[in-house]
Amino acid sequence: MKYVDEFRDPDAARECARKIADITTQEWTIMEVCGGQTHTIVRFGLQEILPDKINVVHGPGCPVCVTPLEQLDKAMEIAARSDVIFCSFGDMLRVPGSEEDLRGVKAGGGDVRIVYSPLDAVKIAKDNPDKQVVFFAVGFETTAPVNAMAVFQAEQYGLNNFFVLVSHVLVPPAIEAILSSPENRVQGFLAAGHVCAIMGYEEYFPLAEKYKTPIVVTGFEPLDILHGVYMCIKQLEEGRFEVENQYSRVVDVAGNLEAQNLIQKIFKIAPRKWRGIGDIPQSGLVLSDEYERFNAETRFGVTQTQVQEPEECISGLILQGLKRPNECPAFGTICTPEKPLGATMVSGEGACSAYYKYKRDV
Amino acid sequence: MSGFSCPIPFSLSDYPHVLMAHGSGGAIMQRLIEELFLKTFNDGQDVNEAHDSAVLDVPKERIAMSSDSFVIQPLIFPGGDIGSLSVHGTVNDLAMSGARPCYLSSSFILEEGLPMEVLVQIVHSMKKAADAAGVKIVTGDTKVVERGHGDGIYINTTGIGLVKEGVNISPKYVREGDLVLINGDLGRHGMAIMSVRESLSFESPIKSDSTSLVSPVMEMIEENLDISCMRDATRGGLAAVLNEIAVGSGLEIHIDEAKIPINEAVSGACEILGFDPLHVANEGRFAIFIAEKDAGRALEILSSYKEDGAMPSQIGKVVNGKSGMVVLNTAIGTKRILDMPGGELLPRIC
Repeated sequence: MKYVDEFRDPDAARECARKIADITTQEWTIMEVCGGQTHTIVRFGLQEILPDKINVVHGPGCPVCVTPLEQLDKAMEIAARSDVIFCSFGDMLRVPGSEEDLRGVKAGGGDVRIVYSPLDAVKIAKDNPDKQVVFFAVGFETTAPVNAMAVFQAEQYGLNNFFVLVSHVLVPPAIEAILSSPENRVQGFLAAGHVCAIMGYEEYFPLAEKYKTPIVVTGFEPLDILHGVYMCIKQLEEGRFEVENQYSRVVDVAGNLEAQNLIQKIFKIAPRKWRGIGDIPQSGLVLSDEYERFNAETRFGVTQTQVQEPEECISGLILQGLKRPNECPAFGTICTPEKPLGATMVSGEGACSAYYKYKRDV
Repeated sequence: MSGFSCPIPFSLSDYPHVLMAHGSGGAIMQRLIEELFLKTFNDGQDVNEAHDSAVLDVPKERIAMSSDSFVIQPLIFPGGDIGSLSVHGTVNDLAMSGARPCYLSSSFILEEGLPMEVLVQIVHSMKKAADAAGVKIVTGDTKVVERGHGDGIYINTTGIGLVKEGVNISPKYVREGDLVLINGDLGRHGMAIMSVRESLSFESPIKSDSTSLVSPVMEMIEENLDISCMRDATRGGLAAVLNEIAVGSGLEIHIDEAKIPINEAVSGACEILGFDPLHVANEGRFAIFIAEKDAGRALEILSSYKEDGAMPSQIGKVVNGKSGMVVLNTAIGTKRILDMPGGELLPRIC
């Protein structure tokens, strides 16, 4: 496949791994932030060709994983209503709330639909004026613009039957939460290329400076990741802590200004709870005051409940890079993708799920 | 509905749609059976059509039997329809045990209001697929459910095939050293259905690989090639098949990702949606476990049946490693496990 196969070339991958080994003189721990990158690392077995001295840990960048249980329960409650068509991205459907998942709600009679774009949900609202249509607006800065566009379009069409259940999170505050933790052991970051394609990477300069930690904006193919690791290790070995851009074929420093303007118009920054990690200040998006009328939580009066996560689950430590999935006693025994205990096993891009799928016992 | 080419038989043309009466047991139902099903399926064969069951002559060989139900939407898709699929599905299951399919039953559950022309098209497509596979449709059933209680048409087919003396094909016969072959590129059926169902348009449209595997399988069996196991890679894709066989044989299977042919459009669609092409359904692809000495000849036979798909390929080998494990040598030369797909394929967020 053009522009994909080139970035999966085995000889180039080995060559890049050899160059990384050549410059590595001591042990380093680096974190890839995004679940898509975790997936690539594990799917292509990249750890196998990296030097033993490099410890790659997996970050909190899977939006499905970090969506709090409380928010999932609200989704189930709304989706079960007979007057509602509940629309969601596909991979949210199998994520269990405290009692069931959206597939169970659907089987029980709820009208739950998979959409590929939130704009499809707007169309469903237009076509079904007698129903309340709710879109589960989940994700990082990557899905924020199109989710914002859905709300914007609904306003343009004058729809009063379209709502969003927002669970949006932001990457830079999560990186700061990890770096500022007294237990932190991450020495360098691979930032998520697609997030930076939207937001640019100016936000990362103060972080790299304050925590003296290199941050490399990195893509998603095996060679992107190996190249990102190389750039990060090179900085660490040379004692630099800069923001560099590996993914320059897609990302520039300013990002997509039009998308950023739309996000700012529809949403505002707010504190957000991350599943497995807890509350992180200023780390989420909620609807701005001007667009609050599209808020499904207010419209359906779903109440804030406190839900207890299973004690055996160490997903919080995994999301902060303090543990690896296979260091958890529950991993692959009482916790599997079919019966996940917590955040990192629930989605295909969560670190535990990726390890379960690709790395058990090889 | 595009591609319609079969005229509705004159005696059925009073009814442009399927009615509840078409399943009632009365004269209208009788007319449907006689004018459509019997006329299409029963071309002077050895079946007594007046009885409640078909009475068949069976030689003294072992009988293989398989049953499958088809509930696909859309009913007509690029590369096939529910009719041809319902024949391919069952004859392929029979062929996978080394059986030559002989007879099929076909049971229809029709939804009230189904356009008669669609039913006619599907029945004719079944007949065409059955002829191509060398199998006769000898009995069947028709029920009609109220509008809103079905999905247009559901079909169940049950097939009987004959297994030649000395042919023993099953995961338990797989041996260390067997090579693993596949007969073409993977993932086309699943992605063809998804692209139509979800109105996803790709630059080059993806056509289902739905086809009968009877001819290539029978040719390999007739030549007494040393095959230990075959399995068609339908739901769950190649990954599910390999895992089942690894467990069934108690051996380890090694697969080379780079040798697995995948059509460019399929691989692009899978990248976008976050699917692994090895988890995606096929309807005309199968894995063959075969002694190394016969693998070359098997590939020649499979190549002679290649349609529009990619070339057959040797993709791996059975080793005496960890029981039930499938190990994938990745495209970049590392190793990982190839797991069973978890459940239904759900497209990812980003």
